[in-house]
Amino acid sequence: MSSKLKLATVWLDGCSGCHMSFLDMDERLLELAELVDVVYSPVVDAKEFPDNVDIALVEGAVASVDDEKKIRKIRAHSKMLIAMGDCAITGNVPSMRNPIGAEAILNRAYIENATIQPQIPCVVVPELLKVVKPIHEFVKVDVFLPGCPPSADTFHAALTALITGEPLDIPSLTRFGA
Amino acid sequence: MTEAPFEVKTLEIDGREVSARRGQTILEVAREHDINIPTLCQMEGLSNVGACRLCLVEIKGSNKLLPACVATVSEGMVVSTNTERLQKHRHNILELLFAERNHVCSVCVSNGHCELQSMAQDQGLTHVRMPYRNPNLPVDASHERFTVDHNRCILCTRCVRVCGEIEGAHVWDIMGRGIDSIVITDLHEDWGESSCTRCGKCVQVCPTGALFDKSKIGSDHPKYPDFLPYLNLMREAR
Repeated sequence: MSSKLKLATVWLDGCSGCHMSFLDMDERLLELAELVDVVYSPVVDAKEFPDNVDIALVEGAVASVDDEKKIRKIRAHSKMLIAMGDCAITGNVPSMRNPIGAEAILNRAYIENATIQPQIPCVVVPELLKVVKPIHEFVKVDVFLPGCPPSADTFHAALTALITGEPLDIPSLTRFGA
Repeated sequence: MTEAPFEVKTLEIDGREVSARRGQTILEVAREHDINIPTLCQMEGLSNVGACRLCLVEIKGSNKLLPACVATVSEGMVVSTNTERLQKHRHNILELLFAERNHVCSVCVSNGHCELQSMAQDQGLTHVRMPYRNPNLPVDASHERFTVDHNRCILCTRCVRVCGEIEGAHVWDIMGRGIDSIVITDLHEDWGESSCTRCGKCVQVCPTGALFDKSKIGSDHPKYPDFLPYLNLMREAR
């Protein structure tokens, strides 16, 4: 058990499509499970991001104060950080609010379009950042895996190469919007 | 002494000795010899403007990089098209193009058919190091058949050139300077109210999803710029 690598997957501001595509590896997940232990993920029951993670796959852009806190912690506790998918790498769909601003979006959703009790949520939910940014604008990213989402084959090829230390040519596997 | 019309020049491109006719561009000669120089604004059948700078090449003995689409050959020229320095510049140019406007490939009509997207992949781009500018740009959907989304425009000016040079209408032009430049129809009137002839050539030559056909949905939007050299050929034959 202890010889296995510790893998974490994280869901920031994204649609979870990257995680779905990751799960689309299907039976190849069993192969992967021989090599890694999933120590933290939306699909496992761990509340806190653990120490000494070997590989962290991060989906989603940094859009709130909570996302920012999380990505800094993930970086501090992970040997290798992989930006998974276009949201983490470019901001993608979550960043489409940037030209008009967080305030305009909140007003539209919670005031203008509300039929009862129009109010902008301010308790429990984290405050939105003014600008949605890719994760590499906050922390160092080791591997960029573009795609919306990256395909299951891309995940399999990339993770296999990264775990075994074989060469990895990402542009031959995937691209923005793939 | 007058020069012969087909005076031959001999030069070297990437270590290969090649011959060319006087007045040919470095890009033309390279392509004749299957040497790939990346381009975005250049298009077969239109004039060359050297706008995108992707085709910059190194000339031995000169510190200046030259755009291969407009630089003409000369005798004994030694050209390098793919040095580390050029690769670095091409990377930077592409990253600046992505950072300058709001290119969201995943929701673009041209996803999978976009020259900027595939160029980024060809050049090995996996992320953009510059902060995104996130400008607030308009979308003009006033035209009955077509839409212009300025978020996706890279200012290659293909639309301006095809409208002026091939259609002869000169509806498209550029307004403003530098980073504030924008393509406009007529004197910045709505496209739908402009003197547009509705020929659609600008849409077909647009390398990104900036100009698109309203009748196409989702990302099913391949473009067919191949009509252009064919059209020119037919006109010459007449």
